[in-house]
Amino acid sequence: MQKLVEIVAGVTDGSLTATAVLEEHLGRIQARESEIHAFNLVTADQARETATKIDADVKAGKKVGALAGVPIALKDNMCTRGIETTCSSKILQGWKPPYDATVVTKLRQAGAVVVGKTNLDEFAMGSSTENSAFGPTKNPLDISRVPGGSSGGSAAAVSAGFAAASLGSDTGGSIRQPAALCGVVGVKPTYGTVSRYGLVAFASSLDQIGPFTSDVRDAATLLEVISGHDPMDSTSIPQAATSLVSVLEHGVKGMRIGRVTDLPEGCEPDVLARLEAAFDALRKAGATIVDVKLPSLQYCLTAYYLIAPAEASSNLARYDGVRYGNRVEAADLNAMYAATREAGFGEEVKRRIMLGTYALSAGYFDAYYGKALKVRRLISDDFARAYKDVDTILTPTSPSTAFKFGSKTDNPLAMYLCDVFTIPTNLAGHPAMSVPFGVGADSMPVGIQVLATTMGEQAMFKVAAELERAS
Amino acid sequence: MPEQISKETVVKVSRLARLSLSPDQAEKMTSQLAGMLEHFRDIDALDLSAVEPMTQPYPLKNVMREDVEMTSLDRQEVLDQAPAAESGRFRVPPTIGFDV
Repeated sequence: MQKLVEIVAGVTDGSLTATAVLEEHLGRIQARESEIHAFNLVTADQARETATKIDADVKAGKKVGALAGVPIALKDNMCTRGIETTCSSKILQGWKPPYDATVVTKLRQAGAVVVGKTNLDEFAMGSSTENSAFGPTKNPLDISRVPGGSSGGSAAAVSAGFAAASLGSDTGGSIRQPAALCGVVGVKPTYGTVSRYGLVAFASSLDQIGPFTSDVRDAATLLEVISGHDPMDSTSIPQAATSLVSVLEHGVKGMRIGRVTDLPEGCEPDVLARLEAAFDALRKAGATIVDVKLPSLQYCLTAYYLIAPAEASSNLARYDGVRYGNRVEAADLNAMYAATREAGFGEEVKRRIMLGTYALSAGYFDAYYGKALKVRRLISDDFARAYKDVDTILTPTSPSTAFKFGSKTDNPLAMYLCDVFTIPTNLAGHPAMSVPFGVGADSMPVGIQVLATTMGEQAMFKVAAELERAS
Repeated sequence: MPEQISKETVVKVSRLARLSLSPDQAEKMTSQLAGMLEHFRDIDALDLSAVEPMTQPYPLKNVMREDVEMTSLDRQEVLDQAPAAESGRFRVPPTIGFDV
């Protein structure tokens, strides 16, 4: 399958047409989407219009954008004007946003061709897409296994060749974990580098948009386009996008790579073996491996599963059957709210709203939410100490390769443990990315996670590129 | 840390969250939340008295913009997507005269 950068080069110099590239991807969607279910909606007609326009521009000698002709899929929690945006929830089914998310505007301006809206765990709450109200997405590499989540549709779309790239959102690992399970590259940038205007909010102090691609160079290229300050997002860092493609060939000579000596337990041995192989590869390439301790990491699950649901319970209060989405009629306003939310939300979303409301309620606030915010500080301080000695840290992305459908659905805590290596990054607001690095005992892909400190994307991409060369 | 969560608390929280749980759902929710809260007791052992809470990952404050006129969303386009609208407004069921 063609890389994003090859498509851009070909479309720009006229050796490829955006239309032909699009039809190739639509053909693969036609052939396999019914078994994979990566999409909630395929926007073939609009995509054809866009591709035709780009081809006309190239023919007319007009300048085209940095993503000219690239078929891209969007997680269905990003607003697209006039195009249904559901968050894979019944409560928003049928809703057509009155505006585009900033990332969507940037993609369109860069000449990307949006092919559809991808499936997710409802409101991005889950690690397998089994919580989608519209049915799960299958892992394209083995359809008896989950693609990971919550951005499972976006990961599957790239893995299956339905799109050359996609965007997801990552609150506790929702880009990196599915990227690892589907064998693609997934990046969660520094909190505040990519605008979240038009991203449906889950947990606002944690959410971040990022790319899925089939290799590291494509990820760097796409991230450069979607990054940068946006006045429409008050948490957006007032800085220009960092140059990433320029550092990919720099190598890792002299870099210090952290190995966490007190990594939380529960990781499969075949995954840990790949982590060791990754350290070996980087050492051979001239990096130094340095032991670091992150003692508070063991509390990250508790901090996250108090903070994220607390913020979610507040953010999801807006789904009340008044301004958008669906309503269940009732005699008075409060009865209407309750009936609407009861019918509209799935089980996991209700569970998190309940957990969050409880953690924030009078009498419990200090014991749960207040404490969790302090633990968040401890985790952030641990990282700050570690990054005095290292440039990046390496961990597995996920404790296991892609698991079978239904194997964790009865036990919410078992599902939450999928995120044990990815959550700390969100709590700290740092960047991290998952790079495919070989396979596990079941021949399914293993992802290695490269972590860096705030705005440390260049170091992270150098290491990721080296791992890719070695894999 | 507080005592184990009771079904009565779960029902009260569900009212605060505007979710109407059936008795069966409340039962299941109570046991699931109790299991999670039990797991979350791992942080009880930590001495956090001197730790400042961390509410946001990047220190931005007072983010303002110039007070200039900007285009806002198209009213009709917004109302077209509402469950019920009338005379340029969202329409809701009666809000007074009922017990809350």
